[in-house]
Amino acid sequence: MNTPVIGVLALQGDVREHLIALAAADAVARPVRRPEELAEVDGLVLPGGESTTISKLAVLFGVMEPLRARVRAGMPVYGTCAGLILLADKILDPRSGQETIGGIDMIVRRNAFGRQNESFEASVDVKGITGDPVEGVFIRAPWVESVGAGAEVLAEHDGHIVAVRQGNALATSFHPELTGDHRVHALFVDMVRGDRAAESL
Amino acid sequence: MSTTENQAPETGTARVKRGMAEQLKGGVIMDVVTPEQAKIAEDAGAVAVMALERVPADIRKDGGVARMSDPDMIEGIIDAVSIPVMAKSRIGHFVEAQVLQSLGVDYIDESEVLTPADEVNHSDKWSFTTPFVCGATNLGEALRRIAEGAAMIRSKGEAGTGNVVEAVRHLRQIKGDIARLRGLDNHELYAAAKELRAPYELVKEVAELGKLPVVLFSAGGVATPADAALMRQLGAEGVFVGSGIFKSGDPAKRAAAIVKATTFYDDPKIIADASRNLGEAMVGINCDTLPDTERYANRGW
Repeated sequence: MNTPVIGVLALQGDVREHLIALAAADAVARPVRRPEELAEVDGLVLPGGESTTISKLAVLFGVMEPLRARVRAGMPVYGTCAGLILLADKILDPRSGQETIGGIDMIVRRNAFGRQNESFEASVDVKGITGDPVEGVFIRAPWVESVGAGAEVLAEHDGHIVAVRQGNALATSFHPELTGDHRVHALFVDMVRGDRAAESL
Repeated sequence: MSTTENQAPETGTARVKRGMAEQLKGGVIMDVVTPEQAKIAEDAGAVAVMALERVPADIRKDGGVARMSDPDMIEGIIDAVSIPVMAKSRIGHFVEAQVLQSLGVDYIDESEVLTPADEVNHSDKWSFTTPFVCGATNLGEALRRIAEGAAMIRSKGEAGTGNVVEAVRHLRQIKGDIARLRGLDNHELYAAAKELRAPYELVKEVAELGKLPVVLFSAGGVATPADAALMRQLGAEGVFVGSGIFKSGDPAKRAAAIVKATTFYDDPKIIADASRNLGEAMVGINCDTLPDTERYANRGW
């Protein structure tokens, strides 16, 4: 089967690290900033960054609505940190006018683990990732307050939800793209492959 | 699914410090002196703000010793926005840095814009939980700062002038120095380290990576959307804008325009649109008329 083409939303954030991780997980990875670029990918990563900045730029440059439409239509999507916030149906403490793409029935709290001085590393067991725990890098990280019936919790840290999957949408509070361990990206690439296989049936 | 608590979470690691800067890439960090300005910056799409008492243009004008800002003022800005807040300490003034860490700022800029407190030593940045960004004019200087624990590097430029020429010079120098390292073999890297006055291990790492091991931003003199896009096309991963925004005619509009041009730095049409009707830019200073004693880039070594 052809190699899946996976975009990384490149409005702001750690785009480069995701492109490298996706390529290492055997996908063709490319940055996406415009609606026409979004139309050409099989799946999309929403990187870490500033969720307020990314959401403003997405609205301003007309990619917010196409993003929502594709996520609603089932395009596989993976968000880390700011990307997790963007995938939440609800933010507990949004900045005024802060919009999300939505896609996962969950409520998130931004910067829930604290400011930069509280940023930390900890090992995390992620459902669906075999072998050693994942090295979790949490940077001013959000957590998930609660999930709806359709969303599956994949990992917790210290009693807080830090990884969730609902259908073709995957989200983590932490940053696997900063670790050199590409197993979470491989899981996502598999989701994209599975989606393409299902569509071609 | 299980909760993993076999190992205590670790704060202040090189990975969370450098990783924090990775999250700022492609963004604009804006100097602000009040909570109101911080909100304008956040609304315009800034990825972080730099809290300081006077912007560099005013520091130049006022003269005297420039120091860390008042803690009340920094806390006021921390409370006003949800994006990260940075603040400046004087070069070598590790107690100012300790104070900033205790206030909970997200990044400390050990900055040549303030009056240096130590003419020999920079602060030991490894001993802090809060990450540091430092200015550099060339690769050797950048690597010396990284050796001291800096988790992010910016060009120095010439802050407070509204003149991008020095930032261009520094960024070209850093990128050029890196490109030259790429062409050297293993034997030559030892002599290169000596010439750069930088640790061999870091020199070798840069030669292999083809980039700094930390994020590289541009700073000093960016005043327009095209300036910001220029710095990105020259290889900066993001930009600091100091006096350029709040010393201009319409700060909110200019701030938003610089954010747009930083994201679409390679799209002249978008940069053109962002550049329309911005009102007065800050009045610039020509760097070649600045006496050496007033050049901030000469501070630090």
